[in-house]
Amino acid sequence: MTNRTLQFKIYRYDPDRDDAPRMQDYSVEVNPVTDRKLLDVLVKLKAQDDSLSFRRSCREGICGSDAMNINGKNGLACLTEVSTLKSPVVLRPLPGLPVIRDLIVDMTQFFKQYHSIKPYLINDTPPPERERLQSPEDREELNGLYECILCACCSTSCPSFWWNPDRFVGPAGLLNAYRFIADTRDEATSERLDDLNDPYRLFRCHTIMNCVDVCPKGLNPTLAIGKIKEMMVRRAV
Amino acid sequence: MIKRKLVGAHYGFGDWLLQRGTALVMALYATLILVIMAIVQPSTYLEWRGIFDNRIMAFLTFIYLVALFWHAWIGVRDIWLDYVKNTGVRLLLLLATLAVTIGYTGWAVQILWRV
Repeated sequence: MTNRTLQFKIYRYDPDRDDAPRMQDYSVEVNPVTDRKLLDVLVKLKAQDDSLSFRRSCREGICGSDAMNINGKNGLACLTEVSTLKSPVVLRPLPGLPVIRDLIVDMTQFFKQYHSIKPYLINDTPPPERERLQSPEDREELNGLYECILCACCSTSCPSFWWNPDRFVGPAGLLNAYRFIADTRDEATSERLDDLNDPYRLFRCHTIMNCVDVCPKGLNPTLAIGKIKEMMVRRAV
Repeated sequence: MIKRKLVGAHYGFGDWLLQRGTALVMALYATLILVIMAIVQPSTYLEWRGIFDNRIMAFLTFIYLVALFWHAWIGVRDIWLDYVKNTGVRLLLLLATLAVTIGYTGWAVQILWRV
């Protein structure tokens, strides 16, 4: 297999030094055997120009650090096949969040929303000697929910989250909210539903489904949001 | 006044459910009116009036119009909540929308039950 040259247009911005963001062109030799994923190529680019900044850690789609906007669509650099990318590859930071530098965004608002749904089991009964058990069927309901890595690809592709990031929980937060609502070991179901019954927190979701389109883990926040609404219906009627 | 982010209005679910319910009413009425038009095939104004002079038809049309205005009120309110940030402006727009939808409902009554 032969090397190919890949063109890049990468968003560059250092708020301390630059007046405005700019797109910088890069050109890099890609070896189809060793440079399989976009992150491999970014690491190569970083060796070329060490001022280029991006987050990365586990390089295998578990930590969620290297989420970015790749050719107009949010995704993880470490899970994106280089061979599928159209040249020039346009890389931008996740949309809608304040830029700290280049491809690094400030995730404070995103995590504030995540924390607001109380992402932990609430159970006031004394724990049994060994552990709180679930039936296999009850455990099944948590599949497609617990896998969320909080990379923020979904929430930052959601127009409702762009307009109201301070009040709308966003797809990632709502998927995790349902993860605890669905957990049979959790006793705060009603309080959780009460907390979400708000025109902004839950009902800014207009089922646009960008979240489902971009989730690098193949999860479905829209389905989880639908199930929350369904539980509200069952509780009310 | 302290600037804190305020959530917890404890409404939203009812409106969301009503928007679905009113949509269903409108879909049923739209089907019904298409069927009636196909059967009656009114060619003059009097024949057209005749359809709505029927008491049951006037009642169903009124239910449909209430569903339409209620649905529109929730939908337009959602637009203001999405895009208008200033609380005062938003309140003003919400009141204006409410006034218009209530006014339309009254007008619909007047049209449907006039002599």
